[in-house]
Amino acid sequence: MTFLSYVINGVSLGSIYAIIALGYTMVYGIAKMLNFAHGDVIMVGAYICFYAVSRFALPPLLGIVLAMLVCTVLGVVIERLAYKPLRSAPSLAVLITAIGMSYFLQNMAQLLWTANPKVFPTAAIFGDKTGLGLFGGSLKISYVTIVTIVTCLVIMVGLTLFTRSTKMGKAMRACSEDKGAAQLMGINVNLTISVTFAIGSALAAIAGVLLCSAYPNLVPTTGSMPGIKAFTAAVFGGIGSIPGALLGGLLLGVIEIFARAYISTQLSDAIVFAVLIVVLLVKPAGLLGRQVREKV
Amino acid sequence: MSKMVSVQRQAMVPERDAGKSPILECIGLGIDFGGLTAVDEINLTIGRTEIAGLIGPNGAGKTTVFNLLTKVYQPTRGTILLNGIDTHGMSTVQVNQAGIARTFQNIRLFSALSVEDNVKIGLHNQLPYSMWEGVFRLPRYWKREKEAHEKAMELLSIFDMQDMAKYRAGSLPYGAQRRLEIVRALATNPGILLLDEPAAGMNPSETAELMYNIRKIRDMFHIAIMLIEHDMNLVMGICEGICVLNYGKVIAKGAPAEIQANPAVIEAYLGKKKEA
Repeated sequence: MTFLSYVINGVSLGSIYAIIALGYTMVYGIAKMLNFAHGDVIMVGAYICFYAVSRFALPPLLGIVLAMLVCTVLGVVIERLAYKPLRSAPSLAVLITAIGMSYFLQNMAQLLWTANPKVFPTAAIFGDKTGLGLFGGSLKISYVTIVTIVTCLVIMVGLTLFTRSTKMGKAMRACSEDKGAAQLMGINVNLTISVTFAIGSALAAIAGVLLCSAYPNLVPTTGSMPGIKAFTAAVFGGIGSIPGALLGGLLLGVIEIFARAYISTQLSDAIVFAVLIVVLLVKPAGLLGRQVREKV
Repeated sequence: MSKMVSVQRQAMVPERDAGKSPILECIGLGIDFGGLTAVDEINLTIGRTEIAGLIGPNGAGKTTVFNLLTKVYQPTRGTILLNGIDTHGMSTVQVNQAGIARTFQNIRLFSALSVEDNVKIGLHNQLPYSMWEGVFRLPRYWKREKEAHEKAMELLSIFDMQDMAKYRAGSLPYGAQRRLEIVRALATNPGILLLDEPAAGMNPSETAELMYNIRKIRDMFHIAIMLIEHDMNLVMGICEGICVLNYGKVIAKGAPAEIQANPAVIEAYLGKKKEA
């Protein structure tokens, strides 16, 4: 029974990683850049929701929507101000800008909201019910866990349908393959990239709320570790691929919870990253990544 | 010093287009890359339904002209009038919407997308539904996507490619990929279609079929077609007006027969005859 509860916890944590990983993977797929500030957008989303619900006593759903709106705007503004001018710059310049943006967001959060930890109002958002008891109460699943897993699945299905069959989704896939040709076919590449950032950042807000609901300690660096882990998940599954983000996220979550439970709490992160290294040695493009063969 | 043939702007519009305003006009078009002048003093006029050829030795600047027309490069000098409208300051996307579509010398399809989706990318700006209607799959989404599907199939049927609609574009044979590029460009609803070496890598029977199809497209859509091509049978066979570039400048313009007899053209292709 404990084994099963570890699996469920792992899937729940992995779902959060997967939602965050989507932001990395979509932006990488389309803008061909690693947006290391993505993790900190999660933190901003969590803070917005925290203030909306705890301080201004808004209804939780409104708080989440507000967090999504703020993060969407933030993501688009970051892209316009920091990344767009570097569209044709070497990728290293963009990478360093993204890392700088990450520190900027963390420090802005510290200035605005201080470094004192906030306790996230999980109970206010999900109610104080204990959750679902299975097998005569021997296996307890909290509502946060259920909501997290369901949300993740809904997002995955929705996003897959969106990219597969709407014109904006097709424009995204076209930009991901060849921006020049897409432009010559009348696709507005800047708009498409903005939409990508908007979607990624809105998802980051959802991930922030779910993350802090499960682990209610909110500080300005809350987003950085999950951000890096989700990036790992995206690479793990094959960066640029939406199913890859799901697979990578879930595997990473389960491995992390198992490592924490059966091996060592302190070593769990090290084990997660060690697994990444091993996977990349065997499959350099990630689990679902397409191997690009250079033509000679 | 090669002999320059004097060039008149209105030289090559076919008679049936003479009464109408030209689809495309270039006046003194030129671009410098740093200190290097890649193309210069390009004066061209393309009629409404003309099939025009742009030829010249390797490195003469033919593709650069296409890149200027589609604003991949912004011209340093000169004016491009599309449908009588100055395209100065327009972006690639804007000139595409204003009516220029093109294919590429080295095929640039969206190879991971299906054949049908490639065509639908071309139809992108003709699908008036918003992102939200797409996300929530409102009635307008279904209606427009159905129309897009029908339009895409209709365009694919020009080249008998309906059966390939579900295939991945990258998995098509080479000739079919070239044809798909033309279909995708046509889907953007252009007034002038630029074809960059459409017959490259084709065998004589495929080239003959392509010639037939280029004429067919012009007659079906009533658009102008300008093509860069090295296959002289194709160029001389279907082009009504030909413009010859060498070292970034127009050295001759006229009907195919005039071009074939032009000493400057022969010199550009074969070199100068040694004086005895």
